[in-house]
Parts: sequence; structure tokens; C-alpha cells
Amino acid sequence: MSALIFNLFIFVLASFVGFELISKVPPTLHTPLMSGANAISGITIIGALVVAGQTGSIYAQWIGLVAIIFATINVVGGFMVTDRMLEMFKKKDKKEDTDE
Amino acid sequence: MSNFLPPSVQVWIPEIIQLFYLLATGVFIVGIKRLGSPATARSGNQLAALGMLIGVIVTLFDQQILSFEFIIAGIVIGSAIGAFAAKKVEMTAMPEMVAIFNGFGGGASALVAWGEFSRAAPAAFGIQDLVTIGLSILIGSITFTGSFIAFGKLKGFISGNPVTFPGQNIFNLLLTLCTFGLVGWFAVDPNAQIAFWLIFGIALLLGVLTVMPIGGADMPVVISLLNSYSGLAAAMAGFVINNNLLIISGALVGAAGLILTNIMCKAMNRTLTNVLFGAFGGSNSTTGSPAADTDRTVRETTPEDVALQCAYADKVIITPGYGLAVAQAQHVLKEVADKLEARGVEVKYGIHPVAGRMPGHMNVLLAEADVPYDQLYDMEQINPEFKSTDVVLIIGANDVVNPAAKTETGSPIYGMPILNVDEADRTIIFKRSLSPGFAGIDNELFYRESNQMFFGDAKDSLQKLSQALNDV
Repeated sequence: MSALIFNLFIFVLASFVGFELISKVPPTLHTPLMSGANAISGITIIGALVVAGQTGSIYAQWIGLVAIIFATINVVGGFMVTDRMLEMFKKKDKKEDTDE
Repeated sequence: MSNFLPPSVQVWIPEIIQLFYLLATGVFIVGIKRLGSPATARSGNQLAALGMLIGVIVTLFDQQILSFEFIIAGIVIGSAIGAFAAKKVEMTAMPEMVAIFNGFGGGASALVAWGEFSRAAPAAFGIQDLVTIGLSILIGSITFTGSFIAFGKLKGFISGNPVTFPGQNIFNLLLTLCTFGLVGWFAVDPNAQIAFWLIFGIALLLGVLTVMPIGGADMPVVISLLNSYSGLAAAMAGFVINNNLLIISGALVGAAGLILTNIMCKAMNRTLTNVLFGAFGGSNSTTGSPAADTDRTVRETTPEDVALQCAYADKVIITPGYGLAVAQAQHVLKEVADKLEARGVEVKYGIHPVAGRMPGHMNVLLAEADVPYDQLYDMEQINPEFKSTDVVLIIGANDVVNPAAKTETGSPIYGMPILNVDEADRTIIFKRSLSPGFAGIDNELFYRESNQMFFGDAKDSLQKLSQALNDV
């Protein structure tokens, strides 16, 4: 089995896992889910690290540098902003017990 | 970094790295799972961040990595920009933020493929590698420019109206086919520099051309879709560098984006094709009948009157829309709701799935104002309750409460599920003017006997209402 076919298997199976995992998320969480998932897509940083860290071609290293910057913005910004949002999501607290 | 380790360990490094990638994959899956419930969502996000950290750290032990200057520089610059943006952004500007982060992710994936390609002589790559490189650049670049256009539209730099020219759809279709052809050419003849650059250029252009014709209110769909693309781009980059962690994470994100896209389309009763190619609506659309119909009148109301009606109601439902975000009125709204609750009025929030400019936009805004999430109700949950509701406050929402969606078969929004506010005893619409919403459709609700209009900026109006409540 060629690497491409093997990778395709992984890709398709992972997509199914994704559909199963996410299909029942309540609307309240749509934005954090999206921005959290978005941060995960910054995983491409791993590819960027290898491109920027190899020493075969300085030209490729510069491309890798830009790729790392882009991916890190995505990862760091994405996780932080999601955390900021989720921090605000609260259940009803005690002070509202006075209500009817 | 691997050369710091004893040689006996070095032999095993590739396997060890893969095992850690497997661990990171598991952590991502559990993290995403936990993002699905309000009580566990925060820990889910933190888990996902941990998975990312594991992935990054073990990658630094990769034996191909010999120089760290570029890596350190990149991570420092990227973290600084990302952290600064994440700290500074206003909750009302969240759709823009998500769009732009997304663009950077897609751009990074395209660059990884480009960097990988430029590391070695073109002849060193097999056809399969070249196809994945081409596709990765294609999807990554579309995501990159598409997200920036979406950002511009949300931010108001670019008109929120659909920007179209004759034959646009055909032109875009031809361009898309053309890029696939180019990927094929590139795969067969990797020395053809021109094919490579054309893929890059046309993909960047396609990102612009496909998002430009989409109206502002369709942004929830577009952002979800671009989110899905950025996952696909990462998965493609995974194919290029043969990395399962990238492929799996990318596929998970791609699936998440597609599910959200589908939910948003359903909530508008439109197909994805219609959203993408229909050039539907705009903030200043000139279609639809003007509101100046002479034989119909609206009843304008005053802050004092609204305060009185709400204060003596048993049950008030608030249905917010994009206007709430524009006016940044979420905190005043919460103040009003608190005052009503203090009087024993039952207050609930009814949230339409596509209210705002991204999925769940209203929920985030209200959470920022400390509204507990168990007071927010989805459309299906809240709809049966309108019949027993005294007053509905409609704040900056229009099309999502337009009864034409239920009754007028000829209406462009016919069939779209709406909040059944017209079943309540009284509706009060907070709105700047009588202008129709993004769909350019007149709202019959304005003229109903049971409806009153409260004209003005949502924030000002709510402040007046809050004051008037003090005197009731």
C-alpha cells in the first residue's frame, strides 16, 4: 500500500470521527468550537518547524519562517481567544436566587 | 535537538516522535469532545492546547531539524502577535478575529507545501507528492485570501454587499477547473515553474473572487466553510510531509467546519450552493418594497411605555440580532433584564441560530455581559413559549423574526425557520429605522396591531429603558 493510500485511509477515518464528535454541539458553543477547531488547524506548525529547521536550503528556511509566524499566530491567538470566551460562559450563580 | 541525546536513544527517535504524535492525536480528540458541552468546554480547549504543545515539542527532536534561529524567531514573533490580538479583541469583533486567525492557518499550510517543495530539486518528488503539494497550496491560498476578504467585510473595510460582475460564477468555475488542470500539469512536469506560480496566483485570486459576492449576513456560513478549508489545508500539508498528526487534526477540523456550515445553511433554509453563488442580499439592498407604504402605519412607542409594559409582565423574551453587536448593547441589555428579574418578571433569551455574523455570535456576546448560558434558549426550545409570553423585545434582529418566512410563499426567505415572536401578546422592535434587513424584505410584523416600534440605536434605547424602569 503506497503512503498516499495509507494516508487517505487515515484522513477518511479521522473525518468520520470528527463528524461523530461534533454533530451534537449546542448552539451556545458554536463560536468557541469554531475558534478552538481553528486553533487546532494551526497544527500545520509542525510542518513549518521542519521546513524552517532544516539546513538544506536557505530559501526554504525563509519560507518556513513565515509559515511558523502564520501558524503560531493561529495557534496561540486561537487557543487564547477561545479560552477567553469560555471563561465567560457561566451557569446561573447564587446572586440570582433572589428572583422568583 | 536530538543530538543532545545519547546515541542509543537517537536510533529510536523517529518511533518515539510518532508515539508522541499518537498521544497528541488522542488528546485532540478528547479535547474536541469536551468542547461539545458548556461544563467541560474550557478544559477541552486547554487539552487541545496541550496536545499542540506536545506536538511542537517532540517535533523539535526531529533529526532533520538542525538550526533553531528561524524557529525561535518565528515562534516569538507569532506568539507575540497572536497573544496581543487575542487579549485586545472586543467580543463584538470576534467574527473578524476568527476569520483572520483562520486565514493565517490556511496561509501557513500553503507555505509549508511551498517550503517542502523548495527544499529539494523538483525531480526528487514523485507524482503523488506533487499532487498533494499542488492541492495543499491551492486550498491553503484560497483559505488565506478568502479569510482576509471575510475579515474586511466584517470589519467594514470592504462593502458588506455582494460585489458581483456579469458572468462571475462562470468565470470562477473556469478558474477552479483551470487550477485543477494546473495541478495536473505541475505533477507531471515539476520543472514547469510557470505551472507552480500560476497555481499560487490563481488560488489567491479565487479566494478573493469567491468571497466577494457573498453578502454580510451570510458570513456565518462563509466563516464556517473557511474554517473547514483551513482544516483541509492542514490535512493536505500532512499528506505532503507524510505526517499523520496533521492529517488527523486537519480532518477533525474539516469535519467540524462542515457540520457548522451545514447547521447554518439549514437555519437559513438555503443550500450551500445558493449561499456561495446566489449573491443574496446586502446591507443596503435596493430590492424589496420600500417601507413607505402609505396605507400602513406603525405604532411608535416611548421608553416609559415599554418600561411599564415589561415591568408588569409575567414573562418577557428577548430576541437579539446583529444590531445588538453593532451597538455593543449587550451590557445595557443585561442591566435591563436584571431590573426586570428583580421585579419578579421571568426573562429568557431566544437565540436564532444565524443571528449575528458567525455561529453562536449572540451567545458569546451575552456571555460577555454575564448572562448565564442556561437563560439562553435555542429556536426549537423557545418557539413553543411565545404563545404564553407577554412581551418580546426584539433587539437589532429583523429577518429571523419575519413572519413572511412562514406565510408568503413568494418571499425570498420563505421556508426559513424563524422565531415565532408574532405569537406573543406584544412585540417591541428596537430598530434604527424601518429599513428592511439584509435580505431587503419588508417585515410585515412592523405593521401589526400587536407590535410597537422603539426607534433609535439599540444601546441608547436600552439605556433609556433602563432609566425608565427605575421610575416605574
